[in-house]
Amino acid sequence: MATRPGSSSLQSLVDPRLGILRRLHLDTPLLGGLLLLCAFGLAVLFSAGDRDLAVVERQLLRLALAFGLMFVLAQVSPDHLRRWSLPLYVLGVLMLLAVLLFGDVGKGAQRWLDLGVVRFQPSELLKLAVPMAAAWVLAARPLPPGLPRVLAVALLILVPVVLIAEQPDLGTAILVAGAGITVLFIGGLGWRFILLTSGAAGALAPLLWHSMRDYQRQRVLTFLDPASDPLGSGYHIIQSQIAIGSGGLHGKGWLNGTQSHLEFLPERHTDFIFAVIGEEFGLFGILVLLALYLFIIYRGLVIAVNAPDTYGRLLAGGLSLVFFIYVFVNTGMVTGLLPVVGVPLPLISYGGTSMVTLMAGFGMLMAIQTHRK
Amino acid sequence: MPRDSWPVDSRLADRQREQRLVATRAIIAGVLVFAALAVVAARLARLQVHEHEHFSVLSRDNRVKVQPVPPARGLIYDAKGVVLADNHPSFSLEVTIEKVVDLDATIGALAAIIRVDDKDRERFARMKRQRVRFQGVPLRLNLTPEEVARFALDSYRFPGVEVHAELLRTYPHGALTAHVLGYVGRINTQEMERINTSDYAGTNFIGKGGVEKAHESLLHGHVGYQQVEVNARGRVLRTLEGKPPVPGRDLHLFLDIEVQRAATRALGDRRGAVVAVDPRTGGVLALVSQPSFDPNPFVEGIGQKDYHALLYSPDKPLYNRAVRGQYPPGSTVKPFVGLAGLVTEVTNARKATYCPGYYRLPGQSHRYRCWRRGGHGSVTLEPALVQSCDVYFYDLAHAIGIERLKPFLGGFGFGARTGIDVAGEMSGLVPSKEWKEQVRKQIWYPGETLIVGIGQGAFLATPLQLAVATASLASRGQFFQPRVARSAQLPGAPAAEDLPVVAHRIDVADPQRWDQIIHAMTQVVEGARGTAKGIRSQDYRIAGKTGTAQVFTLGQNQSYNAARIDERMRDHALFIAFAPVEDPRIAVAVIVENGGHGGSTAAPVARQVMDAYLGGSTPMSDPGPVDGD
Repeated sequence: MATRPGSSSLQSLVDPRLGILRRLHLDTPLLGGLLLLCAFGLAVLFSAGDRDLAVVERQLLRLALAFGLMFVLAQVSPDHLRRWSLPLYVLGVLMLLAVLLFGDVGKGAQRWLDLGVVRFQPSELLKLAVPMAAAWVLAARPLPPGLPRVLAVALLILVPVVLIAEQPDLGTAILVAGAGITVLFIGGLGWRFILLTSGAAGALAPLLWHSMRDYQRQRVLTFLDPASDPLGSGYHIIQSQIAIGSGGLHGKGWLNGTQSHLEFLPERHTDFIFAVIGEEFGLFGILVLLALYLFIIYRGLVIAVNAPDTYGRLLAGGLSLVFFIYVFVNTGMVTGLLPVVGVPLPLISYGGTSMVTLMAGFGMLMAIQTHRK
Repeated sequence: MPRDSWPVDSRLADRQREQRLVATRAIIAGVLVFAALAVVAARLARLQVHEHEHFSVLSRDNRVKVQPVPPARGLIYDAKGVVLADNHPSFSLEVTIEKVVDLDATIGALAAIIRVDDKDRERFARMKRQRVRFQGVPLRLNLTPEEVARFALDSYRFPGVEVHAELLRTYPHGALTAHVLGYVGRINTQEMERINTSDYAGTNFIGKGGVEKAHESLLHGHVGYQQVEVNARGRVLRTLEGKPPVPGRDLHLFLDIEVQRAATRALGDRRGAVVAVDPRTGGVLALVSQPSFDPNPFVEGIGQKDYHALLYSPDKPLYNRAVRGQYPPGSTVKPFVGLAGLVTEVTNARKATYCPGYYRLPGQSHRYRCWRRGGHGSVTLEPALVQSCDVYFYDLAHAIGIERLKPFLGGFGFGARTGIDVAGEMSGLVPSKEWKEQVRKQIWYPGETLIVGIGQGAFLATPLQLAVATASLASRGQFFQPRVARSAQLPGAPAAEDLPVVAHRIDVADPQRWDQIIHAMTQVVEGARGTAKGIRSQDYRIAGKTGTAQVFTLGQNQSYNAARIDERMRDHALFIAFAPVEDPRIAVAVIVENGGHGGSTAAPVARQVMDAYLGGSTPMSDPGPVDGD
């Protein structure tokens, strides 16, 4: 493929018309938003982790790793990404199969693949590989896609989702499916098809109920009526709502959340950290956080719209929207709008793997934005 | 349009269309994202603004628990400061049945780490039935520090089971003070309805008898509370605020443990009661009922077997004879009847009555016999008292009449509860026309007044009433409501506060009348023909009166032969006395059940009590066979 002057990494690096960040293939608004978010996240983590600096340090280390990966990926031309799409996807699915066959069991679920040096969670790879592969299939021919291509993409999504749900890891399965579906949506999936499939999904819900594990069913039941089991599975929901509600408009102040510090709130530094924010910073603090998330998603969608080719547009749209799905599923679950699903609050919850994947995605977004033809 | 440019144009058009399509979809997605986050924000606004109050309360309830802080029960000291009731710290293992899912499994698992024997299980089963809901039931008492530590390690396995630190009441003198002090025990359901439950939050024990029950409100104190911050596992992190409890007041008694011990020793293993009162104050110096029991096991919850052994013993050790035992006072009532005769001016010191050995009401053939078959001849008040002539008092009672005799005796405390601060007191009975009509639905016969005159028949008095009446006589008409506790002291307070005194004067118009009765009573001990001359002391002078309470009534022509009848059918021996005559400091009433004659069995007991209090040491002479009643 012919490349114009200025499109290569090296040339943009020395292009005097571009700012220093741009020359490093970093998108200033996105980077600014992410840094603000992570700084806020560290402050909250310090409080939620009971002022344990070690927790903050470990998170900081992960962040550094994640930003490093983001930086590396930002240097990669989207053309390379497109070429890797299918191999990466195939590799991911093969590793998922390997996990099912040889994986380590952690917390009752098989998610990890021990590679000798590091323990690796292949499902994280699929969060990137599925939208990449979907964008690759869709961009191969003019949009909107016809029915055969939609079905092909659907199959491409379904295979890893089923494998991940088998582990079982409902949260990741939802995120992987969401990543693929949003690419389909951005790619112009017909409205009739959307209506038909959602209707069919509604009709198939009882079937889904049968295929769910007991603990997953219990979560749905508890979501519908948390008070039915206040000390068991409803405890998370009740305590997180108490934490958020008692925060009020202004919150109890940083480090002053009683629900979190007296250990009433379970998983307060991981999946339920949003409740800590609600308790300590109140509605105002939370709205600031939501605005920050909204800004990042907005910037991602702008990048998608401005992308030079279809593959880049679809991938950028999918990556931005999967970030939204993270935010919505987590905040919805903590506020009691959605059932409890193990999805972290992106870039704030304590924990490594999802953060690295997310930042890798943002690196790709930046690559799409900065590698102009 | 050239054909070869079509694909280029078409591709360009496609690309523009694709770009528009993706842009449109991105905008729709952006709107959806905004809408979804707006829903989350609306949900947050609902939680944080609309329901903020509700969740604030829940959050507060989550972390703040109000714990009652029970007051320490007041201690009880005798007149000289000897501790009679003490508190000692103790750890018990309590199970809140309502919080335990599988009780048997829990107890089984507990028994694996802490010794739980059959006695513990038996007590637990019993207390479980009587428990107050959501209050812990002790499974083990007096845990050793090692056991406490062992349980603490495993406590997470036992929800609803807690180690409870509490102050356990102990009675260092055991059986010696059981009847007068009573004891404390765990609050039962009936008591729960009576007490102010919020004031007893955290308190497990309540006075079950004696002084412990009568002064419950003083001894208990008032509950305090503390607001504590707890974490999700219920561990207390810090105290936020609180109100300290008001400790129970320490009681200082009139009771002198040495006098109490002397009285108990004097009674020995005989059944009976001794009450000693200070005539100057109404203070109870000793209150003994024998046999007695060790109150300490009752505090922890006595085992059923031990309890039944006490309850069904023929000697009735749980029965407080001193305040609940009602006996015919017999001849010990004669000084009071004699005084009534003087006050009503039915008789005087010189007026004599002839005793032929029996008395007959005018116009009746029934003979009311004197204890001396041969009669006393012509006797005035003093010899009649000293020799306890029944005929003299038949005649006197008849002349006074029951309408005047009953209220006069009532002035000395007969026939009504004295109001002593020992729970469970009985009232005794002075019969009257009204009483007989109301209770027995029968008319009053004149002969019954005669029987009242010698303290027999339906006339009943407790040993306490006899002691109080004797003290009032000794003090020449100063009646004090008897009391065991002198003063109450808040721990830390500089001085004890005296408890209220209830008193009245008995008016006899002419003070010489006291002298006449007291002189006669002095002759009972000091006189050559006195029925209690065996207890005469070199150290002080004693005034007294012997008596015999009939356990069963003889027929008209039967005579009483102690040797021939069953021991438990023998008469009760009674004796009342006070000393020193000139300045009375102690008044004593003694009853020895089935003891026979008052002068030989009851009077020596009184003398030993007086010696203990007044410091006498003269040996008693052998009373020998005493003639008379």
